[in-house]
Parts: sequence; C-alpha cells; structure tokens
Amino acid sequence: MVTLKEVIETNKMVEEQTLDVRTITIGISLLECIDSDLKKVNENVYNRITTVAKDLDKVAKEIERDYGIPIVNRRISVTPIALIGGAACKKPEDFVTLAHTLDKAAEAVGANLIGGYSALVSKGMTTADEMLIRSIPQALCETERVCSSVNLASTKTGINMDAVRLMGDILLQVADRSKDRDSVDCMKLVVFCNAPDDNPFMAGAFHGVTEADAIINVGVSGPGVVKKALEKVRGENFEVLCETIKKTAFKVTRVGQLVAQEASKRLGIPFGIIDLSLAPTPAIGDSVADILCEIGLEYAGAPGTTAALAMLNDQVKKGGVMASSYVGGLSGAFIPVSEDQGMINSVEAGAITLEKLEAMTCVCSVGLDMIAIPGDTPATTISGMIADEMALGMVNQKTTAARLIPVIGKTVGDTVEFGGLFGYAPIMPVNKFSCADFVNREGRIPAPIHSFKN
Amino acid sequence: MENKVIITVVGKDTVGIIARICTYLAENGVNVLDITQTIVQGFFNMMMIVDIEKATKNFGDIQKDLESLGNEIGVQVKAQKQAIFDEMHRI
Repeated sequence: MVTLKEVIETNKMVEEQTLDVRTITIGISLLECIDSDLKKVNENVYNRITTVAKDLDKVAKEIERDYGIPIVNRRISVTPIALIGGAACKKPEDFVTLAHTLDKAAEAVGANLIGGYSALVSKGMTTADEMLIRSIPQALCETERVCSSVNLASTKTGINMDAVRLMGDILLQVADRSKDRDSVDCMKLVVFCNAPDDNPFMAGAFHGVTEADAIINVGVSGPGVVKKALEKVRGENFEVLCETIKKTAFKVTRVGQLVAQEASKRLGIPFGIIDLSLAPTPAIGDSVADILCEIGLEYAGAPGTTAALAMLNDQVKKGGVMASSYVGGLSGAFIPVSEDQGMINSVEAGAITLEKLEAMTCVCSVGLDMIAIPGDTPATTISGMIADEMALGMVNQKTTAARLIPVIGKTVGDTVEFGGLFGYAPIMPVNKFSCADFVNREGRIPAPIHSFKN
Repeated sequence: MENKVIITVVGKDTVGIIARICTYLAENGVNVLDITQTIVQGFFNMMMIVDIEKATKNFGDIQKDLESLGNEIGVQVKAQKQAIFDEMHRI
C-alpha cells in the first residue's frame, strides 16, 4: 500500500520540481507509402499518419488526467523521407511537397512536431538523399512542425565528409531563409553520428528502417527532481551522490514506463523504448547546469565539469535501466545551451566555451545542442565543427549530434530570443582560424580500427 | 488495480473537510478503502485510497467535481489513479 509520504513526494516532483513526460512519440513506418507517382505518395503518407496517430492527442490527454502527470509534447517520427520519396521525387522541390504533407498530417492529429525529414548518408549519398538535403532550407522555411536530421557518420562506416561539407552550406541557407526571425529554423535541423533508430526527441527523431510498422517511444525528463534530491546530500561522498542520482533516475523512469505502457495499450501500438534524458527547459529549476553546480561546480564549464557530467550521465543510465526493460540509447543528460538557464548563466559569466562543450559531449547523451554562433561564420568552419563532433561519436562508439544556429546579422555580444521552450541564447565565439582546405577535400574519413570486429 | 484512485487533499486546516469529501464520494458510489492524514509544515495533508468500480460517474467527472469542491472549501483536491505511485515507489 502506498503511503502518504510517497504520494506527497510524487506530487511534489510534478508540482514543484517540473517532473514531466517530455513526449509521447509515435514512430510510423512509411515504407508502404512508396510509389513512383508523387501525388500518390503524398496521399499515402497523409492517410497513413492520420490513421495511425489519430488518437494520439486524445490518449495523451486521458493519461495526463488519470495520473496527474503532464505530457508536454505529442510527436511523430517517420521513416527517413529520402527513402520514401526517392522513387517519385525528381527534384528538391518535389521533396518539399512531402514536407508540406507531413506538416499537415501532424497538425491534423494534434502533434507538436514531426521528425523524419531525414537522410542516412553515413557512407554515401544516393541521388535522392542529396536532393532531400538540398531541399531542407525550403522545407523547413515553409513548414512549421517538420524536423529534419541527417546522419553523417557512424563507427561502422566512418565520416562522409562530402555530406559534412554540404551540411555546412545547407545550415547557412536555413539560417538565411529565417534571418528575419533570428535564424530560428536552424533549431529544426540536426546532424548525427550513430543516430539511433528509436529516438523520441526532436529535432532528431526518425523511425528507423529496423523498426516495426508503428511503435510508441516515450521521453521523460526531470532535471529539477535530480537537483532537489542532490540538495539533500550536500557534502556527502561520491557513493552517496551516485546512489541518490540512481534512485531518482529510477523513480522518474518508472513514470515513463507507466505512461508508455498505458499509451501503448490505449493506442493499440506496441511499446518501443523509454528514453530518460535530463532535458532542460528555460524554466527556473529545470536545468542540467544547475545539477552540475549542485554537485560542486561554481558554474558549468569549470574544471571538473566533464568528470561531473560523465558521472551524472552514467548514474542516470544505471537508474534508468533497472526501471524499464527497454531503455533508449540516448538516456542520459542533454546539454543544450539556449534551453537551460544555468547553461546560459555559464556562458554569460564566461565560464564555458564551445571547446569545453565539445569535451562534454564526449561523455553525455548527445552533442553540441542549440548553440547560437555568429551569422558570418564560414560554411567550412561550420563543417569543421560538425566533423569534430562526428569524430567524437565515431571513435567513442556513441551518438553525437550538432544543432548549431548561425544567427544571420548577429555576432558575439548579441543575444537571440527563440521563444517559449527554446529560451534565449547568447552568441558564442567560434575559433577564427580556417579549416577550409581540410573540409574541401573530397571523399570520406574511413571507419576507425576498432570497428573491425567481424 | 485499474479502479484504485488516490485522492489527496492539501491546504489550510478547517472544520468539515473530510466530511464534505466523504459525503460527495458516498453520494456517487465511491468506496473509501483507507484514509491517512497528517499536518506537514502547518498544512493539512490527507490521502484517501478509494475504489471507483461502482461509481455512478466517470473518473473525469469525479476529478472535476472534487476539484471544484476543494475550491469551495479552500483546499486543493486531486484524484489520480494509484498506479503512478506504485510504479514509482515499488520495485
């Protein structure tokens, strides 16, 4: 029998410590929608999404009501569109019609975002992949809910440097198309190394080709809960610290497990994974950087930050795997800058640099995330930053990503407002020295030696 | 298990809180299984475990009614399915 103390603890997590289910994401395979007639593909895609996900919003609301736990987002991920549109699309503009269809379908079922306007090009690009990538600036500019991701590298295949070079240019085009809104569309575009097939988080969610017809993935978050729990063990040794994080992660993941099971049952769609990620929001107390400070750093970015983050990430995973049979690959901590008030404070105090953030991405869930950089950063420099991040993922056999926002017309010292959950970000300085001759070499970086396991 | 609901009441202590909530539950066919209460930091905290199997209203309506009843009394009343607490605190 539950006790009053336990009930109060749970409700406090929700009411005061911003515990929430960040997203219920339905992954939908669109492989059956493929046709050589573009109009037909668009019809198929719209019908498929609006049929499978028709009850998404209704069910999410019911679960929120039944358990008193907020479910912040309803999302959809689909099979990478480069595969779906390949047979029908003859030019980049043809792919854009599919982006519009995704946008409309997401709106029709009440989904906040839809991911999967994607291409997987870690070794090479097909004609369709390249057309899709070239269509990204127009697609993101003309739609509201569509998110795009490109997998550029993997431990097994190496880094596709031709695609890395192309993405530097594409990112600047996306920035330019939305320059009147602080280049905000760049938030909807992320590049990956070792992209997971079942990621429920945006902008990187897509429904991998290894997945079933449809699947429910759930993302839970709760940096505030971890921070609060750690306040009670100030000055204790590492064993106590780790134990506290693990126990808290366990409790938070259990909520996700319950929500995922219920959503799966009520929607009649099998359960995929729970992803427990400490994903911050600009709300006070909902910050990963604040956890690092609670662990003992003056600011995130101080010496010791990488070690503290490595420990945090590992304990979150350890607590999470006990709580659910199917834990997603990204579980850990996200360290976006703009979405985390504590991280913004670090940047403003001069405590954290891009280089330190890069080091931190070696030991946390993802990568350079939501980082605003000067709009006059050359495309080759952006490609160089992406290549560095891809190399970290490739060599360390982990997922890494880059979601950079070159803000056209702004530079170091300026601040950009993204609004709502996305917060604001001070523009961070980028190393001024050129890597153009490196990036402009053609071809790919081979897979590392430890990928030869067969 | 599906029908077990936890009702929590938090707020300033006053006469008749339990009486009014129990009256509402009785009128709507909700069976009270257990009641615990305590004062935490000067606040009245109560938890009831109830069974809504034979309730004459659906769960959503009961939640709304209890919430407005709470507003009348000046306390916060929440009703949640028990599973969320079991999942979080029991292995």
